[in-house]
Amino acid sequence: MTVMTYRDALNQALREELKRDDSVFLMGEEVAEYDGAYKVSRGLLDEFGPKRIVDTPITELGFAGVGVGAAMVGLRPIIEFMTWNFALLALDQVVNAAAKMSYMSNGQFPMPMVFRGPNGAALQLGAQHSQAWESWLAHIPGLKVVTPGTPADAKGLLKAAIRDNNPVIVLEGEMLYNTKGEVDENPDLIVPIGKAELKREGDHCTIVTFGKMVLVALQAADQLAKQGVNVDVVDLRTVRPMDVDAIANSVAKTNRAVVVEEGWEVCGIGAQVVDYIQRECFDDLDAPVVRVHQADVPMPYAKNLEKLAKPDAAKVIAAVKRVMYLGD
Amino acid sequence: MAKKNTSSPASPAVQGAAAGSSARDTAVGYMHSMLLQRRFEEKAAEAYAIGKIGGFCHLYIGQEAVSTGTLSVLRSDDYVITAYRDHGLALVRGMTPRTVMAELFGRAAGCSGGKGGSMHLFDRKLNFLGGHGIVGGHLPIATGVGFAISYRGGDQVCVCFFGEAAVNIGAFHEALNMASLWNLPVVFIIENNRYGMGTAIGRSTAQQDVVKRAAAYAMIGTSIDGQDVYGVHDEMAAAVERARKEHRPTLVEVRTTRFMGHSMSDAASGTYRSKQELDESMQRDPIQLLKKKMLADGSLTEEHFAKLDEEAKVAAQDAWDFADAAPEPAPEELFAHVLSDGPTADTAGYVEAGR
Ligand SMILES: Cc1ncc(C[n+]2csc(CCOP(=O)(O)OP(=O)(O)O)c2C)c(N)n1
Ligand SMILES: [Mg+2]
Repeated sequence: MTVMTYRDALNQALREELKRDDSVFLMGEEVAEYDGAYKVSRGLLDEFGPKRIVDTPITELGFAGVGVGAAMVGLRPIIEFMTWNFALLALDQVVNAAAKMSYMSNGQFPMPMVFRGPNGAALQLGAQHSQAWESWLAHIPGLKVVTPGTPADAKGLLKAAIRDNNPVIVLEGEMLYNTKGEVDENPDLIVPIGKAELKREGDHCTIVTFGKMVLVALQAADQLAKQGVNVDVVDLRTVRPMDVDAIANSVAKTNRAVVVEEGWEVCGIGAQVVDYIQRECFDDLDAPVVRVHQADVPMPYAKNLEKLAKPDAAKVIAAVKRVMYLGD
Repeated sequence: MAKKNTSSPASPAVQGAAAGSSARDTAVGYMHSMLLQRRFEEKAAEAYAIGKIGGFCHLYIGQEAVSTGTLSVLRSDDYVITAYRDHGLALVRGMTPRTVMAELFGRAAGCSGGKGGSMHLFDRKLNFLGGHGIVGGHLPIATGVGFAISYRGGDQVCVCFFGEAAVNIGAFHEALNMASLWNLPVVFIIENNRYGMGTAIGRSTAQQDVVKRAAAYAMIGTSIDGQDVYGVHDEMAAAVERARKEHRPTLVEVRTTRFMGHSMSDAASGTYRSKQELDESMQRDPIQLLKKKMLADGSLTEEHFAKLDEEAKVAAQDAWDFADAAPEPAPEELFAHVLSDGPTADTAGYVEAGR
């Protein structure tokens, strides 16, 4: 085990998989000479050369399509979006091509490719640059969507994504890149797609979360513990396919649940989680499930409004107390 | 309902440049306009460094002759739209330094109520249609503005600014094709500073002579030196006239240099652009070029320049002081303007519910 940043964990995953399989290549804006807009691909150009680490023009739709074409004929592309906000321009290729090619061709053309990059808000980047797209992407049959919240999961899930024979969306976080954690350096280890992890155990309430909100939930859990409230933190890690058993097992134990996500409420991932809970755990519940999410507004720039709009530990704590019928 | 506005005054901020004023007034107006942008942004950089401005902040320093020269030919009922590198254009169009700085500081008095930030400056009264953050995203919008002008039978013009790296995104092709096909009064202005973030044009663009693309849309294309404010003025006057009178769009490439990094989080030179290259380009500072010309033709003295410069610095400091003291947006603003029907939720209730 080595302590490293989320950024370095991703970098290590890329390096190991590029080394392992020469059909893997990385393509995107500023990934090569600039080392990546967020330096995730640092050093890869030097090590693997410009054939495999490819800088593109600002043409998201175009290079996403290049990835699809290359995957159709046997390569394993990793397409980096500088941020997922810009991937909106490429959604036609992601949704209409990558997600459907296997099905439309009756399995003749699998899509062994990865679309990755930072998702969600950082700090004061304003409305067009602060958006979390998990639920949009998870809506699409034919895609897998992973949302690592820790360095170990970042490495393991990215490796699994690269090895997967389907299009896998990897949603990273600008605010996560500098966070640190223990990572296994064994190049054969992966984190399986579709498996949640119990990041913390407690009997009183379940917090279901993923991605950037894992850290927020853990912070909330720490503070709650000081007040005698112990929570399970179920980190989904993959939002499609979702590990329903992990959710149900926890809720069966605690009888209460809070779902925390970075994005908007309406038709969010949390709505899907609540649906699974009401189906699988109806008789277990002692309280309605409460959701924590971004305010239902485009992200404002002003610092005070942005803070108000974002989910944070205080909001998670308030939600847990609500489902436990505890006052302040 | 065609509303003809042929007698509207020139853009308010480039005073002295209006038709009929003396050559000397015009030159002084240009100088004032460029100095204001320069000193304002130097202040903004200072404020960014100490955390008073957050997020992304893209400075225009080095490109000021483009905004000053172009907007000097516009009428106040014409339209301006640009990308995220928008402070200079906003100031030249007539936003006050106070309202722009307040926006950068995220204050309620900002031109977008503090909700837009550096990349999203808007002012409806000045027909300033933003500040847009997605590369190329505003080009079809400019075509749409041209469509509306034509639809109403007006004779306004829309000028649309974007970087050279934006010519590679699909929206560029789609926007220019429609503008030409439908004879729309739009001037598409490529501010070619040769870099899109850390990527030199030669590494992103097959046809580096970007103005050649005009031919693909049967559009007139011209290429000019963006450091010479007079040259910019003259070429833009022709393009704007073509749009206004002949309803034909033009593609203008303006060759310029950004003296700073792509944004505040990026060094001016180093990995992707050599210091030597930047130093050479900076020899052609648009302010210094104009100053030299004016000193030579006697329209400016060193003392007058110092006075203009001091005025610009005072205005920038005043903007800072104003923004710094201005209140943040009220919490109720969180849900205001999501839709035009009024607030979509009650902030107090939202806070109380602990969401
Ligand atoms: C669609 C899209 N992709 C990527 C980005 C990130 N990005 C912001 S500015 C920029 C470079 C643009 O360069 P250019 O068009 O030359 O304008 P300049 O910054 O030089 O003014 C990039 C890649 C973005 N904002 N939008
Ligand atoms: Mg550029």
